[in-house]
Amino acid sequence: MFLWFHKLGSPKNFYRLSQVLTPWLGAVTALLLVVGLYWGLVIAPPDYQQGDSYRIMFIHVPAAWMSLFVYMVMATAAAIVLIWRMKVAEAVMRASAPLGASFTFLALVTGSLWGKPMWGTYWVWDARLTSELILLFLYLGFIALENAIEDRRTAARAGAVLALVGVVNVPIIHYSVEWWSTLHQGPTVTKIDAPSITLNMLLPLLIMALAFTLYYATVVLMRTRCEILEAEASSSWVRELADKREH
Amino acid sequence: MAGAFAAILKRDLTLALRHRGEMANPLVFFVVVVSLFPLALGPEQETLTRVAPGIIWVAALLAATLAMDGMFRSDFEDGSLEQMLLSPQPPSLLVLAKILAHWLATGLPLILISPLLALFLQLPGEALAVLLATLALGTPTLSMVGAIGVALTVGLRRGGLLLTLLVLPLYVPVLIFAAGAVDNAASGFPVAGQLYFLAALLVLSVTLAPLAAAASLRISLG
Repeated sequence: MFLWFHKLGSPKNFYRLSQVLTPWLGAVTALLLVVGLYWGLVIAPPDYQQGDSYRIMFIHVPAAWMSLFVYMVMATAAAIVLIWRMKVAEAVMRASAPLGASFTFLALVTGSLWGKPMWGTYWVWDARLTSELILLFLYLGFIALENAIEDRRTAARAGAVLALVGVVNVPIIHYSVEWWSTLHQGPTVTKIDAPSITLNMLLPLLIMALAFTLYYATVVLMRTRCEILEAEASSSWVRELADKREH
Repeated sequence: MAGAFAAILKRDLTLALRHRGEMANPLVFFVVVVSLFPLALGPEQETLTRVAPGIIWVAALLAATLAMDGMFRSDFEDGSLEQMLLSPQPPSLLVLAKILAHWLATGLPLILISPLLALFLQLPGEALAVLLATLALGTPTLSMVGAIGVALTVGLRRGGLLLTLLVLPLYVPVLIFAAGAVDNAASGFPVAGQLYFLAALLVLSVTLAPLAAAASLRISLG
């Protein structure tokens, strides 16, 4: 177990492993996206109240889930950075931030597009919208801090502290905002015994969620590889790699 | 340990008292910002009473954040911060002393001048006591959380703007509960719930923030 952990922690091994994994993950992502989108946008029945406009949910809900999921990944990587100073975790954390910010932005945009026909306005100061917006600010603050510090390793450790401070604050922010005002419809999927959603809508939603997760996994691996190459540019194995490319 | 805590507290307070001009700046900022709002919104008493809690709190938040930038700067530049962290005392305790001294020098004056601003904005009398209570519970929390941001940005040349970007989103819960409490008090509703939440946030931040700030200072010092 620990040997495996150590091997994964070496940038070189991680680079090789992710090189092998990326095409497979990418292929499965593409397949799931096609199936999920077709099922969700064409096969699934229209909603009895919202008609067809509910279909944006198949993008909106997975994006909103991912916005939190990516932050959790970042926070986990941040803890690893601070405890074990693992270079791969630094690269994963740095690679995740723009992706998380993009998912958050996507969730906000699709949400406001859906809000126009449903609530009659693009933006309301509703609890979940507001906490999603603040989450976006947290991501942007993290990215700004990472960019402001020149030394990569110092930047990673400073960013890790910020990510952990953020992760303590995310639930506090969420509940304080919820207490402040709420208009958003309640959760329909996570009710344990009887989700108030038909299987024909739930399944494509879950497929889309899986597709988004795998998309994130694929892209984060690619971005992490790039980060590793930049950070390790002077090490011998990267030079060998570059030499091979040239010939 | 208590000796080191007291020594840093005394030293920082003495330093602050010898630079009274710097101490006055956030205070003047606070008063000026609040007095801009009636000019923009119009002098109707009802409008002002309605928005007073929010305005006073947002202005206090901005003043506190602007003042925060100087919390570690001079000690970082002359190297005394490094010496403090090298000492055998727990760094989080020393950081706590520095934050407390900074709050006494910048946060407390904000609380003392706020009745004047409440008067400007026609805040009803019942709400004034609650405003003072929320400021007393809320501004130390702002200092604690802000200290982490200051510690992360102290080594950067243009840290000031970045600092606001990092810490303002983290201030949201304090703002919501504090302004909500004053708002409730102004319309005659109970406020105990929000005050308990503010107290809980204060306890949480006093416990955890010095640790995070000390770790951040170590990173900034390299």
